[in-house]
Amino acid sequence: MADTPALQATALTRRFGGLTAVNAVSLSLHVGEVHAVIGTNGAGKSTLVNLLSGELAADEGQVQLGAHDVTHWPQPKRARAGIGRGYQRSTLFGEFSVLENCRLSAQAASQRPWRVWQPASRCDQSLATAQEVLATAGLADAARRIAGTLSHGQKRQLEVAMCLATRPQVLLLDEPLAGMGAEETERMLALLQSLKPTHAVLLIEHDMDAVFRVADRITVMVDGQVIASDAPGRIRTHPEVLRAYLGEAFT
Amino acid sequence: MATQRLGWLVPTVAALVLLCLPTVLSPYAQGLVAKIMVYAVFALSLELLVGTTGLVSLGHAAFLGIGAYVTVLAAPESGGNALIWLMPLAMLAAAAYAVAVGLLSLRTQGVYFIMVTLAFAQMAYFVFHDTKLAGGSDGLYLYVRPVLGLGTTTLLDPAEGRQLYLLVWAMLVATYALLAMLTRSRFGHALAGIRVNEQRMRAAGYRTQHYKLAAFVIAGALAGLAGCLLAVKDGVVNPELLSWHESGAVLLMLILGGLGHLRGAVIGAVAFTLLKEFFASEGLVGPLAAHWQLSLGLSIIVLVAALPRGLMGLRSLWRPRG
Amino acid sequence: MDLATFLVQCLNAVQYGLLLFLLASGLTLIFGIMGVINLAHGSFYMLGAYMAFGLAPFFGGNFIGMLVVGVLLAAAFGYVLEWLFFSYLYQREHLQQVLMTYALILVFEELRSLLAGNNVHGVQAPAWLAGSIALGELMSYPVYRLFASAACIVIALGLYALVNHTRLGMMVRAGASNRDMVRGLGINIKLLYRGVFAAGVALAALAGMIAAPMSSVYPGMGGSVLIICFVVVVIGGIGSITGALIASLLVGFVDTFGKVFFAEYSGVGVYLLMAVVLVWRPQGLMRRGY
Repeated sequence: MADTPALQATALTRRFGGLTAVNAVSLSLHVGEVHAVIGTNGAGKSTLVNLLSGELAADEGQVQLGAHDVTHWPQPKRARAGIGRGYQRSTLFGEFSVLENCRLSAQAASQRPWRVWQPASRCDQSLATAQEVLATAGLADAARRIAGTLSHGQKRQLEVAMCLATRPQVLLLDEPLAGMGAEETERMLALLQSLKPTHAVLLIEHDMDAVFRVADRITVMVDGQVIASDAPGRIRTHPEVLRAYLGEAFT
Repeated sequence: MATQRLGWLVPTVAALVLLCLPTVLSPYAQGLVAKIMVYAVFALSLELLVGTTGLVSLGHAAFLGIGAYVTVLAAPESGGNALIWLMPLAMLAAAAYAVAVGLLSLRTQGVYFIMVTLAFAQMAYFVFHDTKLAGGSDGLYLYVRPVLGLGTTTLLDPAEGRQLYLLVWAMLVATYALLAMLTRSRFGHALAGIRVNEQRMRAAGYRTQHYKLAAFVIAGALAGLAGCLLAVKDGVVNPELLSWHESGAVLLMLILGGLGHLRGAVIGAVAFTLLKEFFASEGLVGPLAAHWQLSLGLSIIVLVAALPRGLMGLRSLWRPRG
Repeated sequence: MDLATFLVQCLNAVQYGLLLFLLASGLTLIFGIMGVINLAHGSFYMLGAYMAFGLAPFFGGNFIGMLVVGVLLAAAFGYVLEWLFFSYLYQREHLQQVLMTYALILVFEELRSLLAGNNVHGVQAPAWLAGSIALGELMSYPVYRLFASAACIVIALGLYALVNHTRLGMMVRAGASNRDMVRGLGINIKLLYRGVFAAGVALAALAGMIAAPMSSVYPGMGGSVLIICFVVVVIGGIGSITGALIASLLVGFVDTFGKVFFAEYSGVGVYLLMAVVLVWRPQGLMRRGY
């Protein structure tokens, strides 16, 4: 576990009109660690991820990516600096082939749009990266298929593969296990474990078994605030967490 | 792969056929085909914006008109060897307006974008129609056609029918080739990605606003080229070139032909122009000709409803996807 | 510019803005609730103007009566048009809607040509609304224009009351923000849409009827007003009636005073206003909400 965090969020706050969706949340992501964020619906988890990825601007607080203060950077700039984002609802290029999905994502790292005489299909660098991430995600056989025709589980795998295609150091994964059966969940968890040594992973999930299996650190959010942030073992018995999930009677 | 090799075959054959047509056509028909080819350039320019990038602009005629007007305004009184720099100038002028309009319009999306592009085209229309800058509603005449040449040699004199045809043909082929290259390039693939899922493109690290603006400006410049050709062909320009009827017509060409294919733009230009000629020709439809707008309007409704993927969509009926 | 002229121009600006509001409210309702972009909206304005031209001889001085009949006819026409044509557009992409409604304009223009010819016509204001009235000691102002503004204000208030204080209005507002939910609540969406569309057509036609005695009745009058209408909707925000009102008045002032100060270039003023709003607030002045 590295000492300097790959991504450090400090006192992030975001309001929508009268509602404070994220309230002074601090978080750090380290390479080699899966950091899960859990909480009830409406706790502000997705808003937090949007603040980290740059899709939403924070009203207060700071986001530090390695050595850079990226608080005011727009999403594409943060993405090029090393943040990969997986969405809750698969955000794919449905019309394109699985390979092209990854190739196009990989192309983002070396865009050079002025080289118009070069066909994209012969862009060796992005093709090689695409094939590599497809193999990592276990989708090498599906490379020629149209992304829209994949099964739900395969689409979630492709979503992760596309995140990896830009070779980010930080991965922000929003419910990658959503809607998956037991076998697919195992595959995805194995994939996450394999990514751990080289990436800093933020995982938003509702599947508690999966979270406790794969996470090295768990942050619990309620109503936009962090109520606990600790190792999985201690979270399980944390009084605040129990109160939030199970109600007053259990404290 | 067989389909990829065939991809070059059809446009090449079509280009050769077009090149040879003047030998068998009457001067009137030759003029008509030249007109179709100019509109094909116009439609191709919009295809990059609508078909590839997914940005529906209802104000593309502004760039056609600006290209045409700049050509007439900047053409030397005595004609001369001006075409060699008039064409790039027309494209540059159209591109300049495209930068301004693009920067503002691209701050919006979807239906707002459609309305804003329409509004900015209308603004340009008013400048040419209401003010004395450029002849007002009467338009301007180009009395002496400038010639395409270098130094003292004349290459093509657009005052002569067949040479004009050749000039327009060359520009159509060049535009098609350029767009074919662009759509296959990284830039083109990125534009397609923006059309399909802009959110994912931004998440991957593409500055999508820059790409969209680039597409908008290139499309505008090529429309300016079409405008220049139109001015040189007809010898007259008027503000109706910038009207929303013109913008609507070119969008119709795209959807008639089939969005998403360069060929669709050309096919659509052919189909639309021929339809218009057909409905307006007394010889073919008799008394209905005076009410060609009605016939055209009704047939558009039927065609758009029946062929959502345009004429290009028809080929999927007899050729299964290989 | 002396005070009298300034006040007259202000009144003109307000009158023009209110008339635009009638048109724009119909357009923004139809788009906000049904999600259909309708290029033919200007044709409904033209329909109203030609109806005024056609009905005026039958109604003589009973101007209000003519307006009522015109509105009912237009609403009926809108009802049928939605049923036969527009209801098929809801599921289609914006591009197809644009082109289908553009084709509809061609059809309407030609029908107008067949039924009413291509000449420019005038419509006389009824006797009781003709002439000018003195406003204080400073100036006189045409009675008809005051009537036009008053009529628009009455309708605007009625629209506001309907949308914000009735059950029907509640359904309309709900439909604007969440179509699927409204369907789920068991409200007859088809009838609601048909009604809203008919209302939009009626508003546009009413604007045309009121405008007829002030501007002439001529071919293509729908086109120019349509684009201004779009500008109003862009500035005010789609689906927002309040936004449409503010934007209409803004446009009214910019256009009227633009004509006074900039003559030739005044046509450009409205679009420059739109450009400024785009730089400052791309989502429109009112963003979302009524």
